[in-house]
Amino acid sequence: MNVIDIETGFQEKIDKEIRIEPRDWMPDNYRQTLIRQIGQHAHSEIVGMLPEGNWITRAPSLKRKVALLAKVQDEAGHGLYLYSAAETLGADRDQMVEELHSGKAKYSSIFNYPALTWADMGAIGWLVDGAAIQNQIPLCRCSYGPYGRAMVRICKEESFHQRQGFEIMHVLCTGTPVQKALAQDALNRFWWPSLMMFGPPDSESTHSEQSKKWGIKRFSNDELRQRFVDMIAPQADHLGITIPDPDLKWNEEEQHYEYGAIDWVEFWQVVKGNGPCNKERMEARVKAWEDGAWVREAALAYSEKNSNHSMSKSKAI
Amino acid sequence: MKSWPLYEVFIRSKAGLHHKHAGSLHAADAQMAIENARDVYCRRNEGASIWVVLSSDIIANNPQENEELFDPAEDKIYRHPTFYHVPEGVKHL
Repeated sequence: MNVIDIETGFQEKIDKEIRIEPRDWMPDNYRQTLIRQIGQHAHSEIVGMLPEGNWITRAPSLKRKVALLAKVQDEAGHGLYLYSAAETLGADRDQMVEELHSGKAKYSSIFNYPALTWADMGAIGWLVDGAAIQNQIPLCRCSYGPYGRAMVRICKEESFHQRQGFEIMHVLCTGTPVQKALAQDALNRFWWPSLMMFGPPDSESTHSEQSKKWGIKRFSNDELRQRFVDMIAPQADHLGITIPDPDLKWNEEEQHYEYGAIDWVEFWQVVKGNGPCNKERMEARVKAWEDGAWVREAALAYSEKNSNHSMSKSKAI
Repeated sequence: MKSWPLYEVFIRSKAGLHHKHAGSLHAADAQMAIENARDVYCRRNEGASIWVVLSSDIIANNPQENEELFDPAEDKIYRHPTFYHVPEGVKHL
C-alpha cells in the first residue's frame, strides 16, 4: 500500500466511526493536533486548580470545604487522565510540563482571571464548569479512543462540579442583599471570559475544519457557545441575577438567545500572556514543580534501593 | 533527572467482574502505583481490586497484522448457534 491508500483508509475508518487506537497508523498531523489539544486540555485542568485551591482554607463551612477540596482533587485527576492519553500518542510527560512552564503550551484563558470573593467559587462552578461540560460532552465521541475514554470519565465527575457551583450561587442569591450582590458581581466578572472559553469565532478559527473532518471536533466554537448561552440564560433568571449583556434577548423565531459582541482583543491579550493572573499562575506551577523535585528524586532513589531487596509485592494471580 | 516509569492500571469494580483497563500513571515503584491508582481512578468507590503493571512489560500484537491474525475467525459461521436449523415447535434449544 502506498501512503495515499493508507491515508484514505484512515479517513474511511473515521467516517465509519471506527475509533483510532494508539498503535494504529495515523497521519502525523492528526497525532500532533491531538497532542497539542489534549496537552492544552490537561494543562487547563492543572492550572484550573489554582484559583479554587486558593479558597479551600477560606470556605465558609465544612460542607463547602469538603466539596471544594473534592472538586480540586478531581481536577488533578482529570489532568492526569489527559496527560496519560497524550502519552499514548508518544508525547513525553516531562516535556509537556516543561512546555507549560516555558509558555510554549497554552491552557484555557479563563484561569488567568482572579477569584476575588467566595461567590467566585459559585460562578466558576456554574459558568466555567458549565462551559467546560458543553465542550467536553461531544469529545466523549472523539475519534481517538484514549481521549474519548478519558472524556467519558471526566464528564461523569464534572457534573457535580457544576451543580455545587450553582448551589453556591443559589444560596447567595436567596440570602442577604449583600450576598446577592456578591453573586451578581461574580457573574459580571465571569460572564464574558466564560463565553471566550469556546475559542475564537468560527470565521477566525484556524484548526476547526480539519478537526471536524478527523472526528476530533463535532461542533464549531460558535455552535457550542450558543448552546451555553441558551443553557445559562434561564438559570440566571432563576437565580434573579442579570447577565451583563444589554443585547442579550430571546429570539422566538430562532429559538435561541441572541448575545452581544465579544471583546476578542481582550481574549487575545490574555492568550498571549497579558491577562490579570498569567504570571502568577505560572509562577505557582513552576514553584510547585521545583519544590517537589527532591521528593521525586527521593522516591526514585528509594525504589531503586528497594528493588535490590526482596519486595513485599503481592502477586495478582 | 530520570522520570518515574509508566504503569498501566486495571480495576475490578466489584467482586465477580473482570479487571478492566482504567488508564495509566507514573509512579516511582509498584506500591506507589497502587496508591496513586486508588487516588486517580477510585475516588468514587469504583474499585474492589487494583492491578498495576509496568507499561513496558505489556506485549501486544501488531495492529498492522490484524487481518492475518483475526482472519481465521471470519468465515466460520458454524461456530454460532444461528447457523443451525431448529424445526418449528421444538423448545429449549
